Amino acid sequence: MRSWVFLIVALIVAAAVFAAALLVRTTYGDYLLFAGYVVLQYVVLATAWNILGGYCGYVNFGSAAFFAIGAYTTVALHKLGANPGRYLSDTPFEVLGTLLPLSLPTLILLGGIVSGLVGFGMGYLTLRLRGVFFAIATLAMAVVLQTIVVNWDYVGGSRGAYIIRPDAAEIGPVSLAYIQYLFLAMMLLAVFALWVARTIERSRMGLGLAAIRDDEPAAEASGVPTLRLKLAATALSGALMGMAGAPFPYYVGYVEPANAFGLPYAVNAIAMPMIGGTTTWAGPLVGALVLGSLQQIATVTFRSEASLLIVGVLLVGFVIVAPRGIVGLVENWRRPKKKKLKSPQ
Amino acid sequence: MGSSIAIEGLHAGYGAVRVIEDVTISAAPAETVVLLGTNGNGKSTLMKCILGLVRPSAGRIVADIDGGRHDLTRLSTEEIVDLGIALVPEGRRLFPKLTVEENLLLGAYRRSAREQMGRNLDTCFSVFPQLAERRGQLAGSLSGGEQQMLALGRALMLAPKILLVDEPSVGLAPILVARTIDAIKELKDKYQLTVLMAEQNFTQAVRIADRGYVIVHGRIAVEGRSADELNNNDLIKKFYLGL
Repeated sequence: MRSWVFLIVALIVAAAVFAAALLVRTTYGDYLLFAGYVVLQYVVLATAWNILGGYCGYVNFGSAAFFAIGAYTTVALHKLGANPGRYLSDTPFEVLGTLLPLSLPTLILLGGIVSGLVGFGMGYLTLRLRGVFFAIATLAMAVVLQTIVVNWDYVGGSRGAYIIRPDAAEIGPVSLAYIQYLFLAMMLLAVFALWVARTIERSRMGLGLAAIRDDEPAAEASGVPTLRLKLAATALSGALMGMAGAPFPYYVGYVEPANAFGLPYAVNAIAMPMIGGTTTWAGPLVGALVLGSLQQIATVTFRSEASLLIVGVLLVGFVIVAPRGIVGLVENWRRPKKKKLKSPQ
Repeated sequence: MGSSIAIEGLHAGYGAVRVIEDVTISAAPAETVVLLGTNGNGKSTLMKCILGLVRPSAGRIVADIDGGRHDLTRLSTEEIVDLGIALVPEGRRLFPKLTVEENLLLGAYRRSAREQMGRNLDTCFSVFPQLAERRGQLAGSLSGGEQQMLALGRALMLAPKILLVDEPSVGLAPILVARTIDAIKELKDKYQLTVLMAEQNFTQAVRIADRGYVIVHGRIAVEGRSADELNNNDLIKKFYLGL
């Protein structure tokens, strides 16, 4: 399937899901939209993680930090927009004040840019690190960024910041309840992320990243521009995570370091692709849909603390029984009669 | 025309450890030069220096490619590969979880090689027919001999002018070592390659060598100006073969 065909099909599916969500709203209220938003947010996060972790083999433990950068970019810009006279009274900045408040798509774009730049910087600083050392560096970066945010008074520090969600959003003549608008935005973002991931997977860049994952020195000796590819992957992965985080303040209404940098983001971003399968774009999608839905169901039927427990148990199970994830299981099941390959010599 | 490579007064190492000291070697167009030496004498480091994977601390590496002169110490690995210098790394270093075909395509990753990718792929498959049979198979599931063929094929995808081969005998059964050495000779004759090969297996390497050097503790101990000179050198018998 060509890239643009995939994009159109994905958009049609997204439109169908959105229409269905609006229909069930009359019976179930907004709850399904709130739950669906979280699941979609994990689709974006898992897909973004997989570009670096799955395709390139660099495990990033700092997903929550990129997510939080997107969220706090929104908080900072929202605050600026809520009170432009206070922060932008000097003449050169007055022009900027007229642009505010920024629309949600703009905020998502800006969150993505800031996060992408941080991803690029992280990639540049940690390029010599491989395997577990890279993973530790990303974890450290998350801690450093959280400390910075805790001590940054403008965005609320450890007190957090309240963001009042607008009642409705106008798209041309159509007026949507704000949660519908957020759901739609995250849906489109998920389609975009999947399209990016799939395009990379089937491009020369995807082949180069796979070579880095398999044997980086050999890739370099073959003339694969490892430095450039890794930087592109860290920046893209970071940007998509930031974009997933940008609408978050409007979703929760109250952002504090502990929830924006929350453990669930880092854990889910790794576990969902692992459980779904890391080598294709479908893996993170399946993983996020299955795990995300399970977590939402557990939250209402049992208790919310169970969600990470589910992830942990499933992750252990899959790593032992099906290391190639759900996608790998399906592939094996579709070609069951293929004889086993002989081991080397 | 043709391509040659000359290394002059090369010093290199890792941090405080000096591995190569004042090495001067060369390979003329369409010549097969072997670099002999046992483990830990700096053969692989020298290969990595040529490809820009290790930066030398002093010395010059100059490649003449079809009339153009290039100082390799100033170029990045990608630019060196672009010139048509291909390395078959020690231990083959294939991409085990990619297919045979993907491994070959990665050999032609550079834009300069991409234009002739289809033709070079056909060449690879005609030289190594067993690779064509296994094109969809994972490289890690090939036998050792097939893996070595794939490593050579991957280097061929670049349509190289200069072929660097680092210890092709590692981990292979003796019969496969002989076959691999034969394959290198065949490729060299067919494509007029300039070959620089590092090897421990003296008898096999000398079989196809025009000239050679023996490297001991990072220094060139002996230079043999012909295969006969290498075969009959008393110093080689004493230091290297232990006869």
